[in-house]
Order: sequence, then structure tokens, then C-alpha cells
Amino acid sequence: MIHDADVLVIGGGVTGCGILRDLALRGIRGILIDKGDLASGASGGNHGLLHSGGRYAASDTETAAECRIEGEILKRMAPRAIDDCGGLFVAVEGDDEAFAAGFAERCAAAGIDSVPLTVAEARRLEPAISERAFAAYAVPDASVDPFRLTIEQVADAGRLADSLFLPHTEVVGFEIENGRILAARCRDTKTGETRIIRARQFVNAAGAWSMAVARLAGCDDVHVVYSKGTLVIANTRLTRRVVNRLRRSGDGDILVPGGSVSLLGTTSDTIAGLDVIRPTPEEVDRNIQEGAALIPALARTRFIRAFAGVRPLLLPSGGIGDDGRKASRGFTLFDHLDQGLENFATIAGGKLTTFRLMAERTGDLVAARLGNREPCRTAVEPLPALERSSWTEPGHSARVWIAAKNPADNILCECEMVPKSTVDAVLEDTPGAEPQMPLRAIGVRSRIGKGTCQGSFCSIRVTSHLYDRGTYTGREGLATMRDFLAERYKGTRPVLWGAQMPQAELAETLHCGLSGLDLIDGHGEDGEP
Amino acid sequence: MTKSEPRRITADVAIVGTGIAGFAAAVFCLERGIRAVQLGHAGALSYTTGYFDLLGYDRGRPIADPWAGLADLGATWPGHPLARLPRTTIERALRRFTEAIGDLGIAYVPPGGTNVRALLPTGLAKTTLSIPATMAGGAAALAAKKRTVILDLVGMVGFSAKEFVANFAADWPGLTSARIGFPDLDSGAEAYPEVMARALEVRGTRERLAERIRAVVGGAECVGLPAILGVHAPDRVHAAMEELVGLPIFEIPTMPPAVPGLRLRELLEQGMPARGTTLVSQHKAARAELRPDRIDLHYRDNFGEVVIEATTAILATGRFLSGGLAAERTGVRETLFDLPVAQPATRGDWHRDDWFDPRGHPINRAGLLVDDDFRPLGSDGSPVHPHLFAVGAILAGQDWVRQRCGAGLAIATAWAAVEGVARSTG
Repeated sequence: MIHDADVLVIGGGVTGCGILRDLALRGIRGILIDKGDLASGASGGNHGLLHSGGRYAASDTETAAECRIEGEILKRMAPRAIDDCGGLFVAVEGDDEAFAAGFAERCAAAGIDSVPLTVAEARRLEPAISERAFAAYAVPDASVDPFRLTIEQVADAGRLADSLFLPHTEVVGFEIENGRILAARCRDTKTGETRIIRARQFVNAAGAWSMAVARLAGCDDVHVVYSKGTLVIANTRLTRRVVNRLRRSGDGDILVPGGSVSLLGTTSDTIAGLDVIRPTPEEVDRNIQEGAALIPALARTRFIRAFAGVRPLLLPSGGIGDDGRKASRGFTLFDHLDQGLENFATIAGGKLTTFRLMAERTGDLVAARLGNREPCRTAVEPLPALERSSWTEPGHSARVWIAAKNPADNILCECEMVPKSTVDAVLEDTPGAEPQMPLRAIGVRSRIGKGTCQGSFCSIRVTSHLYDRGTYTGREGLATMRDFLAERYKGTRPVLWGAQMPQAELAETLHCGLSGLDLIDGHGEDGEP
Repeated sequence: MTKSEPRRITADVAIVGTGIAGFAAAVFCLERGIRAVQLGHAGALSYTTGYFDLLGYDRGRPIADPWAGLADLGATWPGHPLARLPRTTIERALRRFTEAIGDLGIAYVPPGGTNVRALLPTGLAKTTLSIPATMAGGAAALAAKKRTVILDLVGMVGFSAKEFVANFAADWPGLTSARIGFPDLDSGAEAYPEVMARALEVRGTRERLAERIRAVVGGAECVGLPAILGVHAPDRVHAAMEELVGLPIFEIPTMPPAVPGLRLRELLEQGMPARGTTLVSQHKAARAELRPDRIDLHYRDNFGEVVIEATTAILATGRFLSGGLAAERTGVRETLFDLPVAQPATRGDWHRDDWFDPRGHPINRAGLLVDDDFRPLGSDGSPVHPHLFAVGAILAGQDWVRQRCGAGLAIATAWAAVEGVARSTG
């Protein structure tokens, strides 16, 4: 299959999606590809923290200032994806007193508003904070839903310029002639088929995979170090605000509210490769142990799941040793001219909070190369509320369902109140929708699997519905259900204790005992005894 | 108000747990004239398919002959509870228990020498030993590849006849699907299996449903539908429907809340007290004391504290789902007596990386170690109490979900423990 576009953007993370929309606002049609799905790398594996910059005030004043400015813009441009909840920095007994005392001054240097609080004031605002706190400041941190952010941008780019997202499409090579890339040779990781994508400009926004993509184009100027971070999700919102530990960065020192839950993280371990990234019980325990010093309730809280992401940190040519936290959070735009290519760019490094600026810089370069003189408009054009990118919002499906008053539209996911009509809408009109959509992709675009049962019940009910409507006609439906549950398990496994353990036992009786999913794929069911 | 003395109940044996293992122990005690008090709250029984497994799989591979499979267990699963019992004991226990269930109103095909391939709602088959009579036609239809129509119901979420047919298509060519509406529950709003099952205990509903079934059977030789054929008298409802439709009919298990588990629970909870068991259902033992001459179990009801003073006790409290075991971040403990639990060294060793790994998860093999009389062992390796027994899923060394051995494990170990109780109580 051959596709044509003005620009091919590689990588469906928040930056790639931001570039697709940035270009669309300039009238440039792009194709965005990802070897997995939207937000399947670092964009879907982080705290969802919109940094005020306070975190980086000590180590990197420039990044801190960028965070502050970008945070302010995003609060205006993406209001539905952001909870402007505010944040606190709190030091507890044992933390460096001198470091804590210098916080306000360091923030001021980066232009960040910080308000000193007494410990009593801080604990009145957030009663969950430890009584052993000794210093506290308020900062304009916020919480952001990165999934919503990616989907909204792709949906809007489709509306503006007919831009397109192709999931499970991996670049395997480039066709290069006289210093120009003519086409990207891609493999459909679901079907194994080859896809050729022809474009005038090529953008590499592949995050942790950007070094590999650059090398496919013969460029050896991008150097990324992989820093694995594990986070864990508590089943209640323990604080109204973001609460940061006021010390030099360490494990388990940020708690971010996300709707009705809280995200605790992270760990930071430099890893060699990207083969399988899964959170471990040991990493979860480290987060909880450190987090509980700041928020003691974390030692007793029920956790729903854990997840791990890989921070793609840009390596300066000198190297940074073993500590990923010391690497820059800054970003670099590579124009690759010195690599002998005139229509290829790589954007690497950076942070969720600064993705818009990264997209702007990339958009400026690509637009100029195309002779397009439209200015960047992502700082002035808010993301519109489109139905096709709203199904991930908690409560949205339920509100639509209640308003429609159609009892025949049965609820499939009881935890998150997702009816049949939502699943149908996701299949028919969301970014990257396709006729035979895997359950995981439906989950990315809706609330399916995100409730307390983590998909144990709704996977069965949604799968049956998908067979009913003809989406699946053979074993592939059970295979996709199995794949979805195996993926959810990666997150639940390290938090299986307490009330989660009976849930896991029930899930195993449902998925293996009742559904027989452990017996397919060459095992058991039809095999020889 | 003055603090009143707790009320006291005495018993030959206290059975803790109201799953298959606990009820099997109660059945066997009744047969032997042992005075039993059974205590428990709703546990995992509600989640059963209704199939009674003995040993269906070995690391994902089906086992045709469960008896040969059990003989092999000694080598492949050292310490497996079922490997410690002679075949005659297991056979007798399974036969007696299925007969007792049949007397209560749910007939089972008598457990035989080989496993059969039974139907799952996904359109896969699994090997099991004994099937309720209402489901037996499904295994027979699969074996003979009969022309069969699978029905699903308007508004019944989580069961799709198309899914069933799509997944059996290669194995069972004569399979077709159709959708019908259940009388008076066909608006499209969610239709619950339990509601339909209770409605089918009324003749008029059966006649109207049968009419709708006849309209869609086409040239099929038999009819499969989700398990909705009555709660209290499934065999009678099943026979009546077959007569009305004029074709063999079979049921297929469904996801919870499902009828097969409800049937077993309601019939046992109502039938056992009528036959002489003292059943304290919906109550959980709050604490227990091991005394030299007896075992005390404390619970509270609406009128205050009650103590069951028993000569012997059988612990049949199940695993995590039923509350017999509790998992903490640092380890697994037994919840009532704080008995030692054999378990992996650290939480990192509890589970494998792949949820569906055919070898199963090490945590599933954690549980209580017992002696040959099924008495739990203390940390010194000797029985914790001479008259305390443990049975069913709480035992170490088995993986009942993956091995498909849950019912056999529950029933056979209950039999063995009751033999011990009989010796203890003279």
C-alpha cells in the first residue's frame, strides 16, 4: 500500500501528535505513524504532571523557565486535558535544610511564582502531608491527561487538514536519493504487510526510539540514553494538589492527582535497551517507601496498577555517567544537514510540559523547508472539544448514555459506565480507528479497562459485542482479548497484594477457567493430550 | 445494658467455609452421622461453571485420562494434595457427592474413567470429568458434531452465539447461531440470567420461550443456549423445555453473575439444613482458639456473640477470593488460625511475567502444608492441632484454576478429612 503526504511524522507520542497539529494549523497535511499506538511510549508512561518548573529550578534554570511559560500556555490551549490544581513542594525531616531554604530564590531566578507556607498552612491545604514536614512552598503545578492531549491533537489535525494517523506502522527503512528522502518503507506490525509512505518532509519524533530511526536514515548524530521510571496508581485521590518532595530528585518523590486517583513516582534507572519495559514489585515498593515519608497514607493505600515508561534523555557528546536524573531535560532539533540530508529532522529530549514548544520549533523548520510562511498558531488556537476525542474523559460516556435514555444500549463496562454505543463510536470515528480494531486500541480511545476491575469483566462483555457486530469473525477476537488482558496484567502484577489479590484470583477463574484463554495459541484446547 | 454471655453451640465438627469443599465435608458428615456445624459467607462458589473437574490439564495440555494424570502427579507435582489419595477414595468421594447434589435437584452425569470435552462460552472446549445433566448434551453434540443451533438472548450481555460459533467453526462445521428475545424481557434492556432462570420455573414462560426457539431452529438436531433453565429445579425445567421444543437442548456456562453457581449455592444452603446440618450462612468466623480438648470458633450475629465449641474442625476457607488467605506486601498469611503458609520467598516471585504462562503462577501453589490425614502443619513440621483439618483450594502444592482440578480437590480432600474427623470423634 502506498500513501502520500506533505510530511511524514514518525512517533505517536505527544510531540509527534503536537507536530501533526502544528503543521495542520499551517495548512500542511501530515501522516503520523507509530509502531504501536498513540501515547504507547513515554507519553503514556509518566506522571501527567504539568511542571511549574520548580522541580528543575535547582538543576536547569533554562528548562525550568521553559516549563513555566509552556505550562501557562497549555492551561489556556488544552483546558479539558488539564486540571489546574496547583502544587506544593514539601521537605520532611531528614531532607537537606539548606537545599529547602534556597527554593524560593531558585524559583525566582526562573521566573516561577513560589509562595512560602508554614507547615501548618501546608497541612491545612493538604491534610495528607506528614506531620514531620519542616518547609513548604506553593507553586503553579497542574495535572494533565497525556492520553487526552495526544488524541485531541490528532483529532483536530484530521479536522483541519485531513491529516491521518496510522497505528501499528513501523519504519524499517528510507528510500534516499541525492540527499533527499523520497519515501519511508514501513511494516504493518499487525499484519506484516509493507507500506510505502511518500512525503516531501520527514520528521523523527520517535522518543526513545529516535536514535534508531535516525540511524535508519544514515544519521549518527542523535544520542539518547534510556532512563526507566516506574509509577504506581493509588485508587483514591489522596491530595487536591500535586505534592513534590523538596529535595534533590529521588525515588517516589512526586504525587500527582489524576481525576479520582493519584499517581506516585518515580524511580529512575538507566537501562541498556527497550525490549520489554515492565514495572517490578521492587520498584513499586521503593516508590511507596519513599512516598510514605511525605504522605504517610501511601503505606496503607490500595493501588490499582503500576506502569513504567522510558525517558528518552538526550546525551550531550560528553556523556553523563549512570544517573539519568543528571541528564538534561532540554530538547534539541536536529536538521541533519551535516548528515547530508535536506528533508529530514529529528526532535529529541524534552518533557511532556514542553512538547508544544518542541512541536513549534519543528513546525517552523518543516514549514520553512516547504516554503510555507504561516506562523505557528498552537499558542493561540485552543484545542476544540471534538466528540471523537472525548471518550477517554471520565464520565463522558455515562453522560451521553444517560442523555440518550436508550436502555437497549447496554452498558458493557460497569466500572466506567461505557455502553455499546461508545464502543461503536470508537470503532467508527476516532483517530486511528479501523475495521478490525484490537481491544487494546479501543481501551486507548475510551475508558474500557481503566476501572477498578482493570478489564476483568468488561473484556468479556466487549469481546462478545464485537463478535456480535461482526468486527471479529474468528479466533482473532479471543487473541485480542488475551493480548489486552496480558497488557493490563503487566500493570497489576506488581501491586497484587491486599484487596487486589482476590481480584486477580477472580480474574484468573474468568479468563482461564471460564474463557479458556490460556488454552489457545497452540496450547490445550484442540491439541493432543 | 449488661454484657451478656456469648451463646454456645457444641458440635462434633465445625466446618469453616461454604464452598464446594465445605459442603462436601458437610455431606460426608451427614452420611456418617457426625454432628456438624457449618459456618461461612458467600465465597467463590458463585463463580463456578458448574463443571466438576478432577484433573483437566497439565501445563496447558489437555489430559484425557485423569486417573493416569493423577498417577503422574507424584513425579511432576510433588506434594500435590490429590497425589496423596488413592483412586478408590477419590472415586467414592466424587460419586457420593454428585449423588447428593442430584438428590438436591441438580443431576450430574456420573464421573467416569475418562475426561470429556465440555463447552465454554467463548466457543472453546475444556476437558472436565463430570457435567450437570442440563449441560451434558453440549459435550455430546460436540463429540458427534451434530447440526446445532446456538441461541443468545436480546439484552444478555457477555454471551454471544456468534462468538461461540466463530471460535468453534473449524472444529464443528454444523454449528449456526440465532438470537431470540426472552418473553417479557426482550426490550433490549439488560436481561439477567438469574431473572430469566427464575421466570422459566413458570410453565407459561417456558411455553412462550419454546415457541420462539422453534421458530429459529431450522434444520438443527439440537439447541444450545446460555445457562438459564431454572434455579431450583433445573432438571425439571430442562426436561420440560426439551419436550416443548421437540429437540435435545443443552446449557452453556456464562460469565458471573451466572446461574450454575447460584443453583449450587441455593440448593445446598436450603437442602443441607433440611437434612440435618446446622448451617450458619452469611457469617464469617471472627476468630478461633485451639484448645487442648476442643476448637472454638467465634462469630457475631444480630443477637450478639456466638461460640461454636467443636471437638474437631475442618478449615475449608479457600484462597484469596474467599478470604482463607490474605496477601500482604511482605507475605501471605492464613486468616483464621494464622497457620504457616508455604509460599515463594519474595513478592517478586509470586507471579510470572506472562499472565497466561501455561506453567501457572507460583503464588497459586502457595498454601497450607498438611500431613497424610490433611492436618495442617506448624513450623516444626508436626500437626498444629490433633483435630484440625484443612481441605480444598487453601492447600499448598496445587493450581486448581490452571490444572482444572478444583472440584475434585475440594471433594476428595473433604472426604479424607471427614475420615480423620470420624476417627477423632470415635
